[in-house]
Amino acid sequence: MESFLEFEKPVAELEGKIKELRHMVDDGDMDIAEEVTKLQNRADKLLEETYASLSPWQKTMVARHLDRPHFSHYVTNLIEDFSPLAGDRTYGDDLAVVGGPGRFRGRSVMVIGHEKGSGTEGRVKHNFGMAHPEGYRKAVRLMEMADHFSLPIITLVDTQGAYPGVQAEQRGQAEAIARAVETGLNVSVPVISVIVGEGGSGGAVALAIANKILMLEHSVYSVISPEGCAAILWRSSEKAETAADALKLTAQDLLQLKVIDQIIIEPTGGAQRRPSETVQRVGDAVAVALEDLESTPDADFRALRREKFLEMGKVGLT
Amino acid sequence: MNWLTNFVRPKIRSLVSKRDVPENLWHKCPSCEKMLFHRDLAANQHVCPHCDHHMRITPEQRLSNLFDDGDYETIPLPEVVQDPLKFKDSKKYADRLKDNRAKTGDNEEVRVAVGKMGGLDVVVEVQNFSFMGGSLGLAGGEAMLTAAREAVERNAALVVFTAAGGARMQEGILSLMQMPRTTVAVAQVREAGLPYFVVLTDPTTGGVTASYAMLGDIAIAEPKALVGFAGPRVIENTIKEKLPEGFQRAEYLLEHGMIDMVVHRSQMRDTLVRLMKLLRNQPRSVATSEGGEQLEIPELPVTVEVETEDGWVEVSPTEGTPVSNENMGLKRAAE
Ligand SMILES: [Zn+2]
Repeated sequence: MESFLEFEKPVAELEGKIKELRHMVDDGDMDIAEEVTKLQNRADKLLEETYASLSPWQKTMVARHLDRPHFSHYVTNLIEDFSPLAGDRTYGDDLAVVGGPGRFRGRSVMVIGHEKGSGTEGRVKHNFGMAHPEGYRKAVRLMEMADHFSLPIITLVDTQGAYPGVQAEQRGQAEAIARAVETGLNVSVPVISVIVGEGGSGGAVALAIANKILMLEHSVYSVISPEGCAAILWRSSEKAETAADALKLTAQDLLQLKVIDQIIIEPTGGAQRRPSETVQRVGDAVAVALEDLESTPDADFRALRREKFLEMGKVGLT
Repeated sequence: MNWLTNFVRPKIRSLVSKRDVPENLWHKCPSCEKMLFHRDLAANQHVCPHCDHHMRITPEQRLSNLFDDGDYETIPLPEVVQDPLKFKDSKKYADRLKDNRAKTGDNEEVRVAVGKMGGLDVVVEVQNFSFMGGSLGLAGGEAMLTAAREAVERNAALVVFTAAGGARMQEGILSLMQMPRTTVAVAQVREAGLPYFVVLTDPTTGGVTASYAMLGDIAIAEPKALVGFAGPRVIENTIKEKLPEGFQRAEYLLEHGMIDMVVHRSQMRDTLVRLMKLLRNQPRSVATSEGGEQLEIPELPVTVEVETEDGWVEVSPTEGTPVSNENMGLKRAAE
């Protein structure tokens, strides 16, 4: 692990020490091998403890971690014959949202998600996962296609939010999101959403209208970013940490509020430390959820989805 | 000291206070800054007679100008979980609610009313920007669902006047979930074959715009209303540039194909009635309940193109005469 988050500093220091000692072991100094093992155990334990009690703000940092698996990692490892389709048939193609049909554990599905991109060039290409109206309109097109061909829909949510720009407004950002929500409610096929990183506001909910909503353990899902909330309500973006607490944006809070159905546990130290394992865990959870949904004979997924959202908000936090 | 300050002034004051004259008799137009007498302003539906600025108005002011004879009934709204997150910023959300209730005399940012417009049953929802910025939370979501249910039960059209800064942050994710919930409400009205009108008023942004506000069968905006997803300040901070004049205003949205028309407040009721009748295939004028009196619906300024010796020119179909340049500006609103 090359990069550490601020709150991981104690772990980083231990890991650094271990690295140094390992060098010495390699150089033939066998006496310290035992010491290395001991330190490693301590580091592992410290990491586990740190991640067992992350604050909402720390989770926000983890959810945004650049090494966290993205949409492309998921489809590469979970979807065979993934065939990304392009364009909204009106204006253009928006790479902040990627989607298309593919084969998930032997069956055809439609996969749609935000892609934040990797590396500087990749991130610019995918506009950091912040979609323009075209992205949501492409999603609408793909959801309708899935409905037409009776393919279950799997969405992966990972966005800071819809892009706030002049062009986006000009081409109807609000309308595009509204239609995506409407379409998500309207399709007759089962829909499963996984919040894999950041679930940022309207840009996230546009792709998160599902029969089952799963969330990775350290993901966040919120009406506004902690920074944005702090700027408005505390008039200081430095209060982001306080705002993160107040917003109740963690998977654990959202499960209690019945906004999500299930938490997918991340490998120790977060998804960014073991991306492949995280991807497999997500795959397994989606497979179970899909099987579960389809085990009900003659289920009316559209009616069930509506009912699910109408039920939300009946309970507060205690 | 002279006799004027000692004697005359107190006397005048006592005279004035005896007659119980309300305090703010004059309002300053926020746009042209002219002073306007409150009675003139009310008579003009709170539109500045000098510059046509459409001021933000209270739900009562809105509702009283819409229904036949100003007659309507307010629908009680369901109780919702109060302060579900126990939210506190510089102030407790519970206290903010209390303050806003005291300030507006309303329980929430939204009102639902039923009555008749042009003799047709209609359900109207009005948002109040003065109540926590009209922000959409559990109460607003429940109000939309109530309004939809009323519309379906009464076989009535639904008209929603939006005004909101967006989702109510103090209710966290639950406010975001009102986007799909209000969208279900719209779907219920649509499935019943009833028309759903949205009137976008100043300002309408965020999660409200990105849900029920943009899903109307017909979208109308008041002149110069600010309507968008991201607020102008957020955009300016992102692009690090000043936004052009008129950006995200009603006329801008019309130009970019986002809404059907921009309608002056004085024409709003008639426009809604006319469209409602057209969509529901109702005759132009209907007998009102009191003794068969006919309600006439005024014409909107509509123009058509006809070929003349000078080529194609725009004429008003009712007049049959070419439209003057001054009237051309109105054409857009009718297109
Ligand atoms: Zn004025």
